Amino acid sequence: MSISPEQLLDNSMLHPEVLAGEDAYGIYRNGHRLDHAEGASKPLRSRPEPQPRGAKVHGNRPVNQAEAAGRFIAAPEHEKMHDERLWDLRQKRDREMHHIPEWEELRALASAIKEHTLTHLDEYLDQFETRARANGIHVHWARDAAEHNRIVHGILSDHGAKSLIKSKSMLTEECGFRAYMASVGIEVVETDLGERIQQLDKEDPSHVVVPAVHKLRTDVANVFANTIGTDPDNSDVHYLAEAQREATRPLILAADAGMTGGNFVVAETGTFVVCTNEGNADLSANVPKLHIASIGIEKIIPRLEHLAVLVRLLSRSALGSPMTQYTSHFRGPRAGGEMHVVLVDNGRSERLGLEEFWTSLKCIRCGACMNTCPVYRRSGGLSYGATYSGPIGLIIDPTFNARKYSNLPFASSLNGSCTNVCPVKINIHEQIYAWRRELVKRHDVPLVKKAAMKAAGELLSRPIAYRAAIASADVALAHLPRFVIYNGLNAWGKHREVPHPPKQTFHSWYKANRGGKQ
Amino acid sequence: MTSRDDILASIQANLPQVDRPLPVVPLFDNNAPASLLSTFKPSLERMGGIFLDPPDSGDPLAPVRAKIASAKIVCSMVPEIAGNRDIAGVGAPQDLADVDLAIVRASFAVAETGSVLLTETDLSINALAYLAQHLIVLLDPADIAVNLHHAYRRPEFRDRHYASFHTGPSATADIEGVLIHGAQGVRSLSVLPIARTP
Repeated sequence: MSISPEQLLDNSMLHPEVLAGEDAYGIYRNGHRLDHAEGASKPLRSRPEPQPRGAKVHGNRPVNQAEAAGRFIAAPEHEKMHDERLWDLRQKRDREMHHIPEWEELRALASAIKEHTLTHLDEYLDQFETRARANGIHVHWARDAAEHNRIVHGILSDHGAKSLIKSKSMLTEECGFRAYMASVGIEVVETDLGERIQQLDKEDPSHVVVPAVHKLRTDVANVFANTIGTDPDNSDVHYLAEAQREATRPLILAADAGMTGGNFVVAETGTFVVCTNEGNADLSANVPKLHIASIGIEKIIPRLEHLAVLVRLLSRSALGSPMTQYTSHFRGPRAGGEMHVVLVDNGRSERLGLEEFWTSLKCIRCGACMNTCPVYRRSGGLSYGATYSGPIGLIIDPTFNARKYSNLPFASSLNGSCTNVCPVKINIHEQIYAWRRELVKRHDVPLVKKAAMKAAGELLSRPIAYRAAIASADVALAHLPRFVIYNGLNAWGKHREVPHPPKQTFHSWYKANRGGKQ
Repeated sequence: MTSRDDILASIQANLPQVDRPLPVVPLFDNNAPASLLSTFKPSLERMGGIFLDPPDSGDPLAPVRAKIASAKIVCSMVPEIAGNRDIAGVGAPQDLADVDLAIVRASFAVAETGSVLLTETDLSINALAYLAQHLIVLLDPADIAVNLHHAYRRPEFRDRHYASFHTGPSATADIEGVLIHGAQGVRSLSVLPIARTP
């Protein structure tokens, strides 16, 4: 039974003033304005929604991503802004892609360049070291996070440096660098706006490119009011950004040393390249005398001509802009300055030996897979409880700790969108699926999930049974009372509405309409 | 065993046993525009840069002089315009923190992206291009590469220690995606096309 608009207007349940409609002055025809609870002189503002916090991490115990995601979804303003902001980045990326006729060719080239380099990684690292040293760069090698932190501490101690300004680097997050520096009494100041917000809020970055993307402007206003003394009632973004610029600048001018990461490393010239939008990496590198760059060994490429391919893809994939505002090439120290590069392994060489997962080392950290991922967009990066979140995180994190991150490969619908947007053609969703199999083999999967997967596996391997099950499930979904679907035993009913079942499956439609008409 | 040898040994032990040849990268310049300057201009503006149209007649530097008029401390690295802060007398990068306006000449530009390349030779003190509040860049229209593939064949990447593409001014959209110019570096970047003085 459907209701016509006329019937709706006749409905006596509607308030007569609403039925009368609004006149040209916004006054209702009986002379009264319908303002309900809204104040006449000043609009009542609802209390700002508190910012949902990320996953609860307890040592090596498996991170419960779904629990943290549930809390993010329960904060509708945050979830909506996050979802829309990231989808906007995804759409901007698409627009850029359509501007470049050779886009797919660039992706294929980027993938081939990275795969070639990774299969000759020892040779290119050796070449880079030789060239960089010849240019006057000090090159260090770190097996793991602890060695990285010790090396950087050593360099700082040698120079009597007590304060460090740094630009965003996921590698230093991976190494727990800030916590280590705090323990040895060295002050670290993040200079990227998003990263600075996260540092002042004692949170990790939630996205590899936009670290504070999960925060509303009111959250930032709270953090800055409590830390750099801004007006707690002013959440104007220009005001907040300007306040941070003014607060950070004296720290930049007074710092003893600067630190950056590196997006690309060019073997033939001994160059490393840093891409930022704020100019903060260039300040960190060029204001203090001492510049330290921490770089993962997988960032290397053979020659400058390959850099062109990757730079053309990076920002277009990340933010949908043709280029980062700053793309800086460091080939040696400046006059009177000193430059150190720390090449970090931290599990990368071992990952190279994993047959199904080694191509994850092609990743250039653009974040495109996160921006397109429906799970990431609705759950927020901090729900993953790991340095790397989103689709790329699901395949990298278990290589760091298969037990702690055993739930993450399940935080995916396997829709393949991540693979479609990846500028270096990593088969992300296939690797996520491979991790599920691997974790089941290693008995690192929770029992309930394992039982459900086993049942699904048996069902999926028998097409006739599968179709029968789908048909009856759709009928059941349409008629079952809510409590049967939304209970603790059905993981799919948690935090989400089960979709409306279609009237007919594609298979049954095809059989009825096209069957026999070959 | 040193960490270096350890890491290289671990890589060698784990190298994927697959053949992945290095591809040849084309220059992608089949559809190169006739006027690189008229491609550069909208690319620069899209990234938040300001293109200073040179006047039809009279002083070609008039747009720069107009900008200088409202600046207290001007540091110029170009012979065409005099500033009031001599870079030769600046001891440390930090001493440039009070500069309102810096004027430099780009080594070259890229039409595709609207970028200008600044090196340690163009800047004298690298921090000049980040600590100043505003930056004006002179660009010889003869110094524009069609795209990044051509750009990376230029000598600057082999003979300079520092070379940075600036594509518009410092920017951020870290809070709810709202675009801010002047995040940490310069608040504005203007480009004036003017041939190099011989």
